[in-house]
Amino acid sequence: MSKFDRRGFIKLAGLGGGIVFASSLSRGFGLNALGSVVDYANAKVENDFYFVQLSDTHWGFAGPKVNPDAEGTLKKAVQAVNSLEEQPDFIVFTGDLTHTTDDVQVRKDRMSQFKEIVSGLKVPTVHFMAGEHDASLDRGDAYQEAFGKLNYTFDHKGVHFIVIDNVSDPGAIVGESQLNWLKADLKQQKTDARIVVLTHRPLFDLYPDWDWSTKDGSAVIDALMPHKNVTVFYGHIHQENHHLTGHIAHHSAKSLMFPLPAPGSVPKKSPVPWDASAPYKGLGLRSIEAEPKQAKYEIKELNVTGA
Amino acid sequence: MNHNKKRILLTGVLLVSAVVSGLLIYTRANAVPAERVIHITAKKFDFSPDSITLKKGEPVVFEISSADREHGFNLRAFGVRANISPGKVSRIRFTPDKTGKFTFSCDVFCGDGHEEMTGTVIVTE
Ligand SMILES: [Cu+2]
Repeated sequence: MSKFDRRGFIKLAGLGGGIVFASSLSRGFGLNALGSVVDYANAKVENDFYFVQLSDTHWGFAGPKVNPDAEGTLKKAVQAVNSLEEQPDFIVFTGDLTHTTDDVQVRKDRMSQFKEIVSGLKVPTVHFMAGEHDASLDRGDAYQEAFGKLNYTFDHKGVHFIVIDNVSDPGAIVGESQLNWLKADLKQQKTDARIVVLTHRPLFDLYPDWDWSTKDGSAVIDALMPHKNVTVFYGHIHQENHHLTGHIAHHSAKSLMFPLPAPGSVPKKSPVPWDASAPYKGLGLRSIEAEPKQAKYEIKELNVTGA
Repeated sequence: MNHNKKRILLTGVLLVSAVVSGLLIYTRANAVPAERVIHITAKKFDFSPDSITLKKGEPVVFEISSADREHGFNLRAFGVRANISPGKVSRIRFTPDKTGKFTFSCDVFCGDGHEEMTGTVIVTE
């Protein structure tokens, strides 16, 4: 993991004649001094890294037939991440951190309990996203108070991450103003920029009858289309799904509370019951190894105990 | 009364009845079948009724109201949807052009149970 790509360095250094400088950002093989290479001409950082995606933790959910360890599953996942041999650069939570409630005070309590538990993560950088359970009943008020912005961007080692909010509008809409914000942000990015979109709902019509879509998701995809290297990681559907819209790959993550059935496989969408012979089956987290140079993302699914 | 007057009257009667029956034929030929009105109530977390049977080709109006809060009504198979707000009646007008069983659902997140807020439209020949 995150091996220093020597060949990559030489190639980059020899390219373009831009200013090349070395920093000690990377954990290399005794090559720390050259661990990170920035080619100013391309404004690109040459460095592999990995991050962890956790999703749909639904803190506050109660349903012993669905998850008798509702209080313990998230804690186990935190433990699992902490015991990864090499710690990820950062962690993302792609929404539904808490389970919905009409009671504003209970909502706030759930959010602070959730924060308390994930503060046990060793990795200092954690990026949060809202799900409809967190943000749809109050248009994201409690969420923003507890976790900050609903949509934002951040950059990491040559990858531009864009967090899109498709939940604070209860109608599952990204909305005109956020779309304009997205377009303005994308304008700053070259067409070959490494872009990762993080969001809660699928941006394409995965299964609209089950609310597995974003009403104006196609406008988001249209805006992303001119960019050649875009990958989307999301949650919401409580299972793995891999889908392509043109050249854009969409990967959904498992839940850390209950799995949901495959799209359209049953007449009514409801949680898959707990299987005592295979506890935590269908739940999990994932690590994502990013190779910005190749715009490649290698996904490794992990179970609740990190195996 | 002389013969002539009788003839004029008769012609008049015939003329009027011809116009009337012509009008009747005209309206009948251009008649739009009456719209069927169906009242639906949305509340946390179901629709009532949650099963609606329609006839293919028969125009229908759904008059949907909410008993509690904001909901949505979305019948994707026919491309119709509406926001449902308390104190208002939302109307959806369409003519089913295919037979089968189709799901409608609430598409405005309304709380713990929103996911199960669905119903079925059955369209027969
Ligand atoms: Cu509803």
